[in-house]
Amino acid sequence: MSTQTLQPTAPAPRTFGAPVLEASGVVMRFGGLTAVNDVNLTVREGEIMGLIGPNGAGKTTFFNCLTGMYKPTEGEVKFLGTVLPPKPRSVVKAGMARTFQNIRLFGNMTALENVMVGRYCRTNAMALTSIIRGPKYRREEAESRRIAQEWLDFVGLGHTSEHLARNLPYGDQRRLEIARALATDPRLILLDEPTAGMNPKETEQAKDLIFRIRDKGLAVVVIEHDMRFIFSLCDRVHCLVRGETLIEGSPQEVQSDHRVIEAYIGQPDEDEEEMVAEAHAQDEAAPSTPAATDGRMKEDRA
Amino acid sequence: MTTSSSPAPRTKTAVGNPRPSPQWWLTLAGAVLLVASAFLSWCYVPALLGDLSIDAYPGGLQMLMVIVGVIAIFFLVLRSGRMPSMDTLLDSARALKALSATAAGFMVLVALVIALQAPGLANANPGLFVGIVGAALMVAGSWQMASDPLVDPITVRLPSWVEILVIVVMMTIVLFGAAFALGQEDGTVFCLFLVFLGGVVTALARGGLFSWISVIAARHRQVLMMGALAVAFLFPFTQNGSDANMSIATQVLIFATTALGLNIVVGLAGLLDLGYIAFLGAGAYVSAMMSHSAFAHIGWKPPFIVVVVIGAIVSSILGLIIGSPTLRVSGDYLAIVTLAFGEIFRLTVNNLDGNNGPRLTNGPNGIPGIPDLEIGSFNFGDTHTILGIPLGRFANYYFLMLVVAAFIIMVFTRLNSSRIGRGWVAIREDEKAAEAMGVNTFGLKLFAFAGGAFLAGMAGTIKAHQDVSVTPDQYIFLESAFLLAAIVLGGMGSVAGVLVGATVLKLLPEKLRFVADYRLLIFGLLLVVMMRFRPEGLVPSQRRALEFHADDEDLADRIEEVHLEIAAEPDPAEAKA
Ligand SMILES: Nc1ncnc2c1ncn2[C@@H]1O[C@H](COP(=O)(O)OP(=O)(O)OP(=O)(O)O)[C@@H](O)[C@H]1O
Ligand SMILES: [Mg+2]
Repeated sequence: MSTQTLQPTAPAPRTFGAPVLEASGVVMRFGGLTAVNDVNLTVREGEIMGLIGPNGAGKTTFFNCLTGMYKPTEGEVKFLGTVLPPKPRSVVKAGMARTFQNIRLFGNMTALENVMVGRYCRTNAMALTSIIRGPKYRREEAESRRIAQEWLDFVGLGHTSEHLARNLPYGDQRRLEIARALATDPRLILLDEPTAGMNPKETEQAKDLIFRIRDKGLAVVVIEHDMRFIFSLCDRVHCLVRGETLIEGSPQEVQSDHRVIEAYIGQPDEDEEEMVAEAHAQDEAAPSTPAATDGRMKEDRA
Repeated sequence: MTTSSSPAPRTKTAVGNPRPSPQWWLTLAGAVLLVASAFLSWCYVPALLGDLSIDAYPGGLQMLMVIVGVIAIFFLVLRSGRMPSMDTLLDSARALKALSATAAGFMVLVALVIALQAPGLANANPGLFVGIVGAALMVAGSWQMASDPLVDPITVRLPSWVEILVIVVMMTIVLFGAAFALGQEDGTVFCLFLVFLGGVVTALARGGLFSWISVIAARHRQVLMMGALAVAFLFPFTQNGSDANMSIATQVLIFATTALGLNIVVGLAGLLDLGYIAFLGAGAYVSAMMSHSAFAHIGWKPPFIVVVVIGAIVSSILGLIIGSPTLRVSGDYLAIVTLAFGEIFRLTVNNLDGNNGPRLTNGPNGIPGIPDLEIGSFNFGDTHTILGIPLGRFANYYFLMLVVAAFIIMVFTRLNSSRIGRGWVAIREDEKAAEAMGVNTFGLKLFAFAGGAFLAGMAGTIKAHQDVSVTPDQYIFLESAFLLAAIVLGGMGSVAGVLVGATVLKLLPEKLRFVADYRLLIFGLLLVVMMRFRPEGLVPSQRRALEFHADDEDLADRIEEVHLEIAAEPDPAEAKA
């Protein structure tokens, strides 16, 4: 694990398995606004796919289309070879889990309980079993508790299991959301800005965590505005601008594409230009040096 | 946790231990006078306030002042530093202030009643003035007392048997308090009792006793449950076969049981059900129609246990019919549809009289003359004598309802702490996120709704026999509203809360004419006040308290602390189960 963190941008040419997710021609319109326009995305087993784009590019909307929160206006989403019904519950059950851009934990539940909710779709104790509490029920309950605790340990929150989710620091809440998603036994996990609001150290830890998730055999799609993070993490990067695909390719290809830089510079914020250039230069020059500055490309939103 | 905190009490005793000050002596003198006054006559008129005219024999109300005095003396002893481990747990100064205020208020009210009803203070005896002086001394003495810093009760562990003893003592007090309250025929005495109760509860709460007890209660859940059950079970034995009080107690219990069922729907699943009484009615009508009443028009008379099952199933089918279209859409629609369902139910049973539809319910006349239950050779109408204490008809139904209530409480608590319960909490917290994490939100809501209907139907089948007759006007919207009020008042999602809420709402109108006449006004005001000052209810569940105080960091920290403590040391009984 740690070796991967040290040399993130120079991975050995990796080979990927069969496609897990195949989204083709996905269009999402809200009235007159086309938030996602004809996007194709294929994610393979063991692959980390980055999804970037300026604010309002439609990244989150695209995630919502994939996970059944929205029914795409056009196009289809195939997961493990079958088209999924646009219902979040069936999507999770099929093996696609997600986190949210604005953290959506169950604040008044403990960390462990939150992760145990993730086990909901993999357990099946119904009313009568829950009331009678036979040996089978107790075994299943103990099992979900154990697995939930394991995922908490995995993301490094093992010691906080009995703490209320709303009392956790921000960075821990993001990791807890990841643990909750992992507890659903996914084959593919979609992370919507997993490092938003994190400090550089936490960001490093998050990167390490995502590598470890990948090593468990999961496919990962990450939305991020932090370019250094994305380019050092992903095997492939997909760039959306105004709902349309600008480019998809290896991190090297994408970060050297002038249209990507323009897309970001095109935003009204002045110092973002600098930041893009700076981050870009750093990644070119010394990709493996832990830089002191934060290459975040967007203003922090609440 | 225990080890890390044990130095705290020790340092405290070293520093504290205040020399008894003049204030201390003043308060003590007041408390002693107060107790002494109870052994003197307060009033010449024996007919007033349950006879306070006899020397050396405290009447009911005088006994209350003895209790206040004794509690005050207890806190004074604490304050003198003689019981260091308790002293750090309880804030004697605040408790004494509240107790003094209670004593003073009480004595003044008694004097007023004597002045107005005796009539004239000329009828007062020296005892009354001794009491007033005692109360005044207490107020004067305690007013300037300074509070000591307290330790968090969670960090203090007394031996298990002490903690369990506290629970047992508490339960005994509840038992005799309830028996005493029910025994008061006189409205004025009952009011004064409420003043006393309110004052003492406030005093103990301000003294920190309840936060300590709630910690103990959380540690010994099982004992608490068994204790509560034992108290409820023993209650009829304190009544000496008096049917008047047992009838009220049975009414309260039926009401509380129904409210407990509704609490699964409202408190756990977070669904607003405004027509719950209709499910109770459905069960009651099924039971009545299948009973041996001369007005029952269904020929089939199965054994009662079968009727219970049928009543429950009919209710839950109605629940499914109402719930399945409405639970897919957002919450407000459910409230409106259930409201309408309650009306539909009332109109339907009003019309199934043979003129407009099948002859089933006798319309507005209802089904009268439902015979008492007979299970095996046990007839619920007979009086049975156990240990020399006669237990009448109402006591029989009371015991049966107690079984049903215990069953519903078990269903409630077990569901609450299961996978399904977690699903419900997740839905209440963030329905979209719950759905995205694979929780079957629609299924869980529908289950809560139909399950709640099932339990109400069950209770209804018994209620029909207890009431003797079933009429449409027993199952109107107002009753649903009262059930909901009991839950809101007591605390959503909390068993103890609903029991308290239901008892208050049902007992007050029975005991006080005044409340019965203006009950809509009074309960309305009560709810408004609750919403403003304590939206989570009188005895809230922790989770609900958190939900109602989303930005209260201290509360979240405290509850988390208790939670951590309990989690660190699993209850042996829990571990076995
Ligand atoms: N439910 C909706 N109804 C109408 N418009 C929407 C809806 N959801 C998103 N949009 C619009 O679609 C566009 C894309 O939004 P989206 O949240 O997907 O952007 P994003 O790429 O995730 O941006 P960010 O980086 O700020 O998170 C925005 O213009 C947004 O206003
Ligand atoms: Mg977004």
